[in-house]
Amino acid sequence: MSTSAIVMMIVAMLVVWGGLIAAILNLRGHPDAEEPDPEDVPHPL
Amino acid sequence: MSTKAAQPQREQWGSRLGFLMAAIGSAIGLGNIWRFPAVTYEHGGGAFLIPYLAALLTAGIPLLILEYTIGRKYRSSPPGALRKLAKPAEAIGWWQVAICFVVATYYAAILAWAVRYTGFSFDQAWGDDPEGFLNNDFLKLNETPGEVSTFVPGVAWPLVAVWVLTLVVLAFGVRRGIERANIVFIPLLVGFFLVLVVRALTLDGAAEGLNALFTPDWGALSEGSVWVAAYGQIFFSLSVGFGIMITYASYLHRKSDLSGSAMVAAFANSSFEILAGVAVFATLGFMAQAAGVGVADVTSSGVGLAFVAFPQIISEMPMGALFGVLFFVSLVIAGLTSLISIVQVIVAAVQDRTGLARVPAVLGVGGAVALVSLLLFANDSGLYFLDTADHFINQYGIALAGLVLLITVSWGLRKLPALQRNADATSSVGLGRWWRICLGVITPLVLTWMMVDSLRHELDENYGGYSTDFLLWAGWGVAGGALLVGVVLALLFRRRPAADHPESADRPESADSPERSA
Repeated sequence: MSTSAIVMMIVAMLVVWGGLIAAILNLRGHPDAEEPDPEDVPHPL
Repeated sequence: MSTKAAQPQREQWGSRLGFLMAAIGSAIGLGNIWRFPAVTYEHGGGAFLIPYLAALLTAGIPLLILEYTIGRKYRSSPPGALRKLAKPAEAIGWWQVAICFVVATYYAAILAWAVRYTGFSFDQAWGDDPEGFLNNDFLKLNETPGEVSTFVPGVAWPLVAVWVLTLVVLAFGVRRGIERANIVFIPLLVGFFLVLVVRALTLDGAAEGLNALFTPDWGALSEGSVWVAAYGQIFFSLSVGFGIMITYASYLHRKSDLSGSAMVAAFANSSFEILAGVAVFATLGFMAQAAGVGVADVTSSGVGLAFVAFPQIISEMPMGALFGVLFFVSLVIAGLTSLISIVQVIVAAVQDRTGLARVPAVLGVGGAVALVSLLLFANDSGLYFLDTADHFINQYGIALAGLVLLITVSWGLRKLPALQRNADATSSVGLGRWWRICLGVITPLVLTWMMVDSLRHELDENYGGYSTDFLLWAGWGVAGGALLVGVVLALLFRRRPAADHPESADRPESADSPERSA
């Protein structure tokens, strides 16, 4: 593989997979506010 | 208040993880595996990353947030949700439902092929001529597109199996069916693909394949078509534009984080695309080396990649049967989670409009889609119908409906500020003016450009070399028909309140508040 291809492959992985990890960490740091469990209320089949 | 209390409670996701898995499962589909690698290779290789990321940030994520917000705020499938934005907008919702109907019919057929090819992988039934096997032995392709002379049982029975499985999952409901299925299928899919990547990377020639995929052609960045391709890839890959995310978000509870979830779903989709790109091009590198040709000579996409190139590779590689089974099972899983989401839009729209319970709605609606699917795609012209319907419904259905929705919401109704406040009230990542600019200016401009570009191609030459007559009914007719169905259904229901919001259907809401009680 050429150097430029290796660099772009690593950059692509770092940016996209890094973006996913950052997004997951952000979401984990902000749990949703509590709501009543919908299992407790009836819903159609 | 008493009227509302009498209504059945809308289903809800069991957990945030469940919603995310379902949203990711919908986004990750066949396009991630068989479209992204070739689009990247043909549009600048490694340099394509720049327009791709720009499209992700300025169109993909903002659109996801918009659809999540509309779904969560109005708690209805597209027709009901858009009707509450403004009554005439219900037509866009029914148009999206009609698009889902069309897409579901042929998408299931591709899954049926993948089911059969999983079996064919064991003994490499395609022999030394995968293309001839696909067209003549398996699909029994008629020489004249559009001419139907025989039923193809080899496609029909796996197609029935795909539909039975899809409808069973849907019949179990949002939480027990869709959510559980995705929580199992998505980790399984990622696991299978990791095995495929490891196997592909250990093949001779893999490095050449990756070299072809990632070597940047910086000159490509000055070409408008490369940027349009990036926006197209993001748009079609994220399941936006045809109501799926509005439907899925309608089952969120009112305090769910929207922008944070959209970012996870969007980056997860792109992460899988990168993984698929590595697997596909490392494998193509092996094929090129074995044949003594360049990677450019073996690169393909879509049906040709999955059902011609890959079978050939499977025949040539050591332990090809295992590789083949993993590849085709992965296609089935990726497609199935998307198909479930597409059919759910139709089921939810009918439920919301009629008040029908889930099981009869799934059996009635799903049964109708399955029947059409069987009649149109389990015959000797199935591939022609599929190819044409896919092209026209993507370009003049999904993309056009997305454009019309964006222009309606941002410029016609000027609802973006209200929707932004709604999303911001419960989201971890605040939306600034950039969100409104992306949705009100950048994305509509790019989609318009895509539309003009695509129309120019249609006028230059007939798509796929098909006859004008055939394209008129199987292509334009299908795309135009979906639009017509949308408008007719909206007119039909104009004065009738929907079952899910009887007392408020005729009263366009004004509330910006996300806390407006259900």
